[in-house]
Parts: sequence; structure tokens; C-alpha cells
Amino acid sequence: MKLSPPVILAALLALAFSLAVSLAPRIDGWSNRDKSNNVIGMMFGDGRKLFANHFFTMADVYFHSGYYPSVFDRNASEQKEIIAASHGKKESEEDEKKEIFFNQPKDWVDAFGRNFRITQHTHLEHHDEREILPWLRLAADLDPQKIETFTVGAFFLREHLNRADQAEAFLREGLRNNPDSYEILFELGRLYQESYHDLNRARNAWELGVKKFLVLPEAVRNDNKIVYEALVVNLAYLEKEAGHWPEAIRWFELGIKVSPNPAALQQQINLIHQNLAAPLPGAPGKLY
Amino acid sequence: MNKIFALAGVVIKELYRRKDFYVLFVLTALITVGAGMANFFHDDKIVRYVKDLCLLLIWVSALVIAIVTTSRQIPAEREARTIFPLLAKPVSRGQVIVGKFLGCWLATGVALLVFYVFFAIIIGSKEQHWPVLIYLQAAWMQWLMLAIVIGMVLLGSIYFAAPSSTSTISFVVVVGILLLGGHLNVIALQQPEPMQTLLAVIYYGMPHLEWYDLRDFVVYNLGSASLLATLLATLYAALWTGIFLFLAWLGFHRKSLTT
Repeated sequence: MKLSPPVILAALLALAFSLAVSLAPRIDGWSNRDKSNNVIGMMFGDGRKLFANHFFTMADVYFHSGYYPSVFDRNASEQKEIIAASHGKKESEEDEKKEIFFNQPKDWVDAFGRNFRITQHTHLEHHDEREILPWLRLAADLDPQKIETFTVGAFFLREHLNRADQAEAFLREGLRNNPDSYEILFELGRLYQESYHDLNRARNAWELGVKKFLVLPEAVRNDNKIVYEALVVNLAYLEKEAGHWPEAIRWFELGIKVSPNPAALQQQINLIHQNLAAPLPGAPGKLY
Repeated sequence: MNKIFALAGVVIKELYRRKDFYVLFVLTALITVGAGMANFFHDDKIVRYVKDLCLLLIWVSALVIAIVTTSRQIPAEREARTIFPLLAKPVSRGQVIVGKFLGCWLATGVALLVFYVFFAIIIGSKEQHWPVLIYLQAAWMQWLMLAIVIGMVLLGSIYFAAPSSTSTISFVVVVGILLLGGHLNVIALQQPEPMQTLLAVIYYGMPHLEWYDLRDFVVYNLGSASLLATLLATLYAALWTGIFLFLAWLGFHRKSLTT
């Protein structure tokens, strides 16, 4: 039997089409392609995480206006200051000294070269903090599972640029990508409390954050107690502010178990007990 | 001197006849304008990433123009056999070397000027800030660095077989110096002997091109670098350019042009 070329071509095309239809769903199942269903993900694969880390570092470089250690300087691998700043850490004089990575010039080449390098440790201020945002945006696009990108970006948007709406949108995006992130929920709670003064939504976010934290394996919980402590202590102060004394005591007691300064939290509990023992004249009998 | 300028004029004409500069400029302009139009968190005052990107493209483009233009000067003259009528005129081989250098240096200077004017317009329109002196200092330092590079490539083009090999080796050396030049002493300390001594000798004996990179001063609006240091860097660049041109002349002087 002799087949004409058009018939062979049609048969091959039909075969290719049938194979494509039958194999496509299986091939989709072989990889996690649906998780990175965007152009960047397709182009870089898991390599995009490297770029994301680089862009996150670039945000820190910009935050220091270029005063940044190279891989050859000491302090090169220390924690990024934008993260420390987003955790509310203020720099002490000792911290400043630690960040002086330029020692005495090693030779005349090094000494002369410093005329053309940035040798002053400064941080962006007066709304110039906005300059770190493009790098955080890129880092978030490349690695949506990098939680710090969202918390740091939202902190600077909210605290330094008065852009609470954008901060909330960024955190929501982070939460969509990382629905179990208690860090993002903590930052979201701070935003509701400090920017919107909405205690109910702050409470909801933080309580959900505590729930997400408590279902984690014990080893992970032990390594991440700082955020848990921040969640319960903030909840305690929130309830105290709202006049919900028993709730406040309960959160303070949980905080004591993980806080590096339990005495201060115990003092807060004692103060609440004092208030409970001696209610103000004319105050309602029911606490809340 | 007129002969040197006449030779240089030919090189400058060659640059604007060729398409390298136009392609690189259009590419730089398109990428910069595209990046400038990106919107991050609905904040239109963000500008430093555009400056950073545009200056990086200017650096890459200027290096490409300088290296590619210089590396083909003398090999092209030899290949087309135009070197013979040229040397038959009352022009010495030394004048050919200096004329070629001057032409390439002025041509890259013209290209650099166009790039920096574009940069100033784009960034000034976005930032509403025109630190012209800082831009001039950054451009001057970059042009000085290119003088050293052009001298180095001209020297390479005398000894290496083809313009492609000269360009490739020059790119590797220049990028290596820019990335590692300032840290070679630190790397040397971590190496066993004799590598430690070898790296230390290279560190002190190489032209420190990384000094001429003032991009951070421009990007972060940190004012200008010290004028005295700029003057000394100018002398340093002149010295290294002179060394490379002298070595190139030595090689070219003895070179047989018929092979």
C-alpha cells in the first residue's frame, strides 16, 4: 500500500495532537509549574530565588546609599539592616561601630581608592526610603515565598512613607502567596493597629498569627520564638488597652514563657491585678 | 601634530559611519526609558534605580565602543593594506599609534558626551535636580579610564593575531580589574606562596581602573569626589596611557607589516 505524502503528514499531525492532548495533564502533574505560572518563573525556574536574594540585598545597599561591604570585606554576611529596622530595632553607637567595615587602609592603593568610594555610613531618610522599593518589588515578583520581602516592604511603606494602603496591599499579596505566614499576619496586625487604629482587625490578624504559629512543628517553633513573643505581647497590650483584663493577663502569661524580659511582663500582670482589686469609683462591675 | 589629528579625524569619521554607537545608544535609551516608565507602588518619585541602570548601560556601551573600535584599527589597516600608502607618506609609526589612540579616545569621548546628555535629560526631568558638575566629574573620570583601556587595547592589537581575540582578552582583563582590582590585596593574603606574592605584584603593578567609577556618587546624590584626588587620578591615567602607548610603539616599530 502506498500512502501519499499529504496523508502521511496528516496522520503524523493527528498522532502528535493526540499525544499532546493525552500527555499534557500528566506532564503538568510532574512539575510544580503551576506554582510559578508567570514569565519570570518560566524563564529562571528556581534560579529566580538567587536573583530575588540579590535584589533584596540591593534594597539594603540602597538603604545605606552604597556604603556596603563587598564579599571581600568583613561583616559581609551579617543580617541585613532593613530587616532589623523593620523589626523596630534602633541602632546603638555600638551597632554603628560594628558596621564600620573599612578598617585602616591596607596600602596606598587602598587609601587613594577610598577617595572614589562611599566611606560614610548613612541611612536613607526624609522619604528617600522609597528608593529601596523597586528592588523589593522585583524580589517579591521573583520569589513570592520570601516572606521578609513583604514584611520589610510593608514596614517602610507604612512607617516611613505613610502609604498604609500600599503596605496593606503588599502584605495581602504576601499572604496570598504564603497563607500560613505568621510573620506577615504580625505585620498586618501592626498596620491595622498603628495606621488604621482598628483594634478588632489587629486582634484578628494577630490571633490568626498565633494559631498559625502553634501548628508548626516544635523545632520550627523553637527557632522562631521572637515573632511569637511579639504576637502574644502585642495582643496582651492590645487587650489591656481595650480594657479586656482577663484576656490581657492570659496573653501576658504566654509572653512570659518566651520573653527574654519576663519581669517586665509580670509587672504588667501585677498592675492589672491591682486595677482589678481597686476598681475606679463609678466604674462598671463588669470588666468588658 | 597635524598628521596625528588627521589620523584621529579618520577614526572619528569611522565611528559615526559604523552602526555600533547608534545601536548601543538606542538600546540604552530604550531600556532606560522603559525602566523609567515602570511604576512601583504608585510612587513616581522613585528614580535611583533608573540612574543605576542607565549608568551601568553607559559603562557597558562605552567599553564596547572603546574596545571594539580600537582593537580593529591597526589589524584593519594591515588587512586592507592601507597601512603601506599611509606609511609611505611622511608619517612615522609613532604618529600612527598616537593618531589612532587620539581618534579612538576622542570618538569615545563624543559617544560618552551624547550618553551623559541623554542621562542628564532623563534623570533631570524625573528628579528635577541638575548636578551638572557631578555629572561632568563622573564623565571625565570615565573618559580617563577609557584612555587607559584604549591604550591597553591598542597594545594588544599589535601583538594578538585578530581583533576578535584582542577584544575578548581586553574585555576579560578590564572587567576583571573593575570587579577584583580593589580587592586583590585581600585575596592575595588568603593565598599560599608563591601565589600571594604574585597577586601582590599584580595588585601594585596593574592600572587601577576601579578608581574611575564614580557611579555611586551620582546614583546616591552624595556630592562630588575630592578634586585633588581627581587631579591625581588624571595624572595616573596619563601615566598608564603613556606606558601602554610606548609599549605599543615599541611593538609596532619592530613589527613586520607584510606577514
